Parts: sequence; C-alpha cells; structure tokens
Amino acid sequence: MNPAVLTLHDAGEKLRKHELSSQELTLAAFQRISETDEKIHAYITLCRDAALEQAKQADERLKRGGNPPPLLGIPIALKDIFVTEGVLTTCGSKILGNFVPPYDGTAVKKLKERGAVIVGKTNMDEFAMGSSTENSALAVTRNPWNLERVPGGSSGGSAAAVAADQCVAAFGTDTGGSIRQPAAFCGVVGLKPTYGRVSRYGIIAFASSMDQVGPITKDVRDCALMLEAIAGHDPADSTSADRSVPLYRQALTGDIKGLRVGVPKEYFITGIAPEVEQAVRDAIRLLVKNGAVVEEISLPHTEYAVAVYYIVATAEASSNLARYDGMRFGHRAGGKDLLETYMLSREEGFGPEVKRRIMLGTYALSAGYYDAFYLKAQGVRALIKRDFDAAFQRCDAIVTPTAPTTAFKIGEKIADPLQMYLSDIYTISVNLAGLPALSLPCGFDADGMPIGLQIIGKQFDEATILRLAYTYEQATEWHRRKPSL
Amino acid sequence: MQLTRKEVQKVATLARLHLTAEEEEHLTEELDAILRYMERLNQVDTSRVEPFTHAVDVVNAFREDKVTNHPNAEALLANAPDTDHTFFKVPKIIE
Repeated sequence: MNPAVLTLHDAGEKLRKHELSSQELTLAAFQRISETDEKIHAYITLCRDAALEQAKQADERLKRGGNPPPLLGIPIALKDIFVTEGVLTTCGSKILGNFVPPYDGTAVKKLKERGAVIVGKTNMDEFAMGSSTENSALAVTRNPWNLERVPGGSSGGSAAAVAADQCVAAFGTDTGGSIRQPAAFCGVVGLKPTYGRVSRYGIIAFASSMDQVGPITKDVRDCALMLEAIAGHDPADSTSADRSVPLYRQALTGDIKGLRVGVPKEYFITGIAPEVEQAVRDAIRLLVKNGAVVEEISLPHTEYAVAVYYIVATAEASSNLARYDGMRFGHRAGGKDLLETYMLSREEGFGPEVKRRIMLGTYALSAGYYDAFYLKAQGVRALIKRDFDAAFQRCDAIVTPTAPTTAFKIGEKIADPLQMYLSDIYTISVNLAGLPALSLPCGFDADGMPIGLQIIGKQFDEATILRLAYTYEQATEWHRRKPSL
Repeated sequence: MQLTRKEVQKVATLARLHLTAEEEEHLTEELDAILRYMERLNQVDTSRVEPFTHAVDVVNAFREDKVTNHPNAEALLANAPDTDHTFFKVPKIIE
C-alpha cells in the first residue's frame, strides 16, 4: 500500500511500531506531489531537503521509543500565511513575492518541537481574501475531484493537498470560512477553533478580530490530534485564551446519547442546492438514530451576516495591510517622492480583490461613514452573537450545511464579487461570534462533488463538535472516498 | 445613495493606493453595488445594543516587561528593498 494515503493516526501507529519510517512516509508524499501537483497546483513552495532532514531526525527520535508525540515524523503542509523562518512566505501576494521571514510563528514552532515534518507551503487567496483560491497572485489551484472546479478558499491549497494525499494533514486559517468551505469542497475535515484557542502570532493578519488557525485532515481523529498540538495560551498573542487545553482525542467516544443538536431554520431557505439540503437532512437523521435529540432553533439575524462581515473584515484588513508600504520589506516601486512610492508599490503589489477590500474598509472607517457602516455593523454583530447565545441555551451544538452548493467552476464567480461573498453565508456568522465549527464530508452530489456538514459549538467546546463529528463519521463511509487523479 | 468617482479617488488616496482610470471605473461600480447591499443593515434596530467589541471575555493581558525577541539584523535587512550598510534605505521623508 502507498503510505501517502494513510491518515495521521494510522501513519503514527505504523511509525511507532517501526513498520514504516518517517523518511519513507515523507518520500511518499513528495512522490505523490511530483505525480499530481502539475495538475492541482496546491503548493507554492516545497521544502524537500529540510523535510527529509526533519524526517531523519524524527526517525532517530522514534527509534529511542518512549512516548513520542502524535505528530512526530508526520508530513504536514502549511498555508502560505504561516510565517516560517528561512522559507519563502508570500501570503499569495506579489507584494510579499520574495519575503523570507526571520522567525517562526508560534504554531510552526510548536509543530517543529513536536517533530512534525514540514512538506511545504500551500496556495491561497491573496491575504486570505477569497472563497476559491482564484485570488492567488501565484497559481490557480484545482479541485482534486474535478480539475475544472475550484478547491474553495482561502485555504484551497491546504484542502486540495490533503484530498490528493500530497501530505498527511495540513493547517489553514479561517476568517470567514476559509478552512471549512475548502474542506467541504475537497471532501476532507476542517476545523476552525474558538477565537483565542490558537495563537495568531506569526500568522499574517487579515481581520484580527476573527482570524484563527486550524487543521485540515483526512478524518476527525486526525483533526483532534492536530488541534491538541497547536492549541493553548501564548504570551505573544494577548488575545489567545489563558485556558487549559483538553485532550481532544478523549472526546471521540462515539457516544452522543442525549446531545441536543440545534437546526437553524434560517439556514434552509433560499439559494441552497437541493442535493446539499438532502445530504444535511440525512446527516441530521443519522445523528438522531445515534441518540442525539434535534431542536429547531432560530438565528434571526443570519440574513445580515454577510453585510456585517464585509464591513468589519474589510475595515480591519485596511488597517492591517497599511504596513505594506514598500519600506522595510515587500515590493517597492520607484516613485518620484515618498507618497508616490507608497501608492505605486501598493498598486503593483496588491491584486484586484485585495484592493477592493482595502477600498471598502477604508470607506467604512472614513470620516462621515464610520457610524453608518462600521459602528452599525458592530451593533448588528452583537445581535448575531446574542442569537447564538440564546440558541445555545436550548442545544449543545448546531448543525448546518457548510456551503450552499458544492464546488463551483473556475471562473464562474470571480467577475461578481458580491456573488462570491454570498457563498460564505453559512460560515461567516461563526467567525463574527468567535465560535468553533467543523466541516466534514456528508455525501456527494450527482456530479461526484463532495458535500460538507458544518457542526458549530459553544465557545471553547471543540470537544463536543469533535464528538458529534466522530460519531457521524464512524457511521458513514464518505471520508474513505478518494478522488481519482 | 450613489457612490461617485470622486469619492473613490478620495478613498484611494486615504488608502495610499494608486488606481488606473480603468480600476477607478470598475471599483466605483462594484463598491456601489456592495454598499447598496449593505444598506440592509439599516433595517435592524441597534439603538439599544452595545456595539460588539471582542468575541471572548478577556481582561487586560499583563506580562513581564522584558525583551523576548532577539531579531536577527541580517535576516531582517535581507528582506529590505534597499539598504545601506546596516540601515534601511528609504525615499526622503522630510523635505
């Protein structure tokens, strides 16, 4: 059997039993990349030499035995938004086209300490702004299930790499659905943790009140192990939560008896593809069959979430991206004076979607419009959060579709930004309210494209959504299907 | 409300973005459509709600005031568009 297809927990077991070496596993991933990445373009940068060296060291650690950490020797891919010492980090942008960071972010540091093997950096929408990875300045990533379709975004490269067995597991970031939606489109598992669960230090900032790091994996158990490895307080990120991190794998009991699952009626109205609705309804029935109790709930401000998100996120982005001025790092254009240098560097360095969002955010924060847009949006955001607080009085988790459709065609929505924004309808409220949510495969449509089920939890209750997801996964076979490449 | 090209030019200057004439035209149209979509927020009464500030309750995060990062000057300068010995070289800032 080709070791590239293994899940993290299966590969880890083989490594610890010495049935497989990390070097073999890592070479299998690179073999798979060389066979398939010309078609998929999941990676921006490969770290072959460093990865093989990390694998060699992992094999030595494995030989010593003891109780090695679950990620030891496991080949992992990172979205190109993770700052990595000595490795090109572009964030999908021309403005960072030759940026080589002088340090590792906290998540990367933790992965290295735990002996993970870093395969490479994956493609993404520029500055994580997008839902299809088409906004990357470097490449167009294709969906492994159908090369004419998008992989979703913005963590499209990470999701495609996992689906195509080009790595054992990957990390992405999620500001409005950027882990969950590509996971759904590529038929893999993706988890956005609670805001503050994982440190954002060394993650290139997009919208700081919503950005979170999370895993994209082949199954739910892998997802739990990956979250354990990176979660926890970090003094370098004052918004990271000072709370202990549970052993998430202990939540995978298979027992969901009596768990109350909320189904929001506002999520099943206009725009949802019938096959997606059917698959999600079937999934809810299966959870009930396994002992869960369904509660119909209401999230009345759902219809405003897209508008709120694209004001708040763009406002934060316009501030965060002010740092790209062409002075100390990044692209600099020649200008006749300082102002022209700023303006031309940014003109040449940013792509159309990033410019659109900087403009929108600057507008929303500018004198005369701040109250009408930014403050208004934060008011409605408070009501969206309140909706969730009320719903969680009546249920332990909320189940919805991850996206209204399966993966759309490359080029289909890129010309109409508002249509693209509306494809985030089911995922963005979760970021506005700071909640954890997971997407896992729950079926395929008639074209053979994967459908994602979203499970939303209470703040810091990743354990419950992992428990539900694991129980569902144990009762189904969707996660075992592989794209033919 | 109708977004004008003049407003787009003003916002572009605030954002330190040079836009081509074509970009200006596109953005005026696109941003106008997006802002119109956002007007739906006016249907919501927010007069009795405190605007959202933070997703998770955190009080001030205190820490010891000590140096923890030891920047590698060489690696930092390696990313600079222009340098002069150990300095970042930038366009003239004060006339």
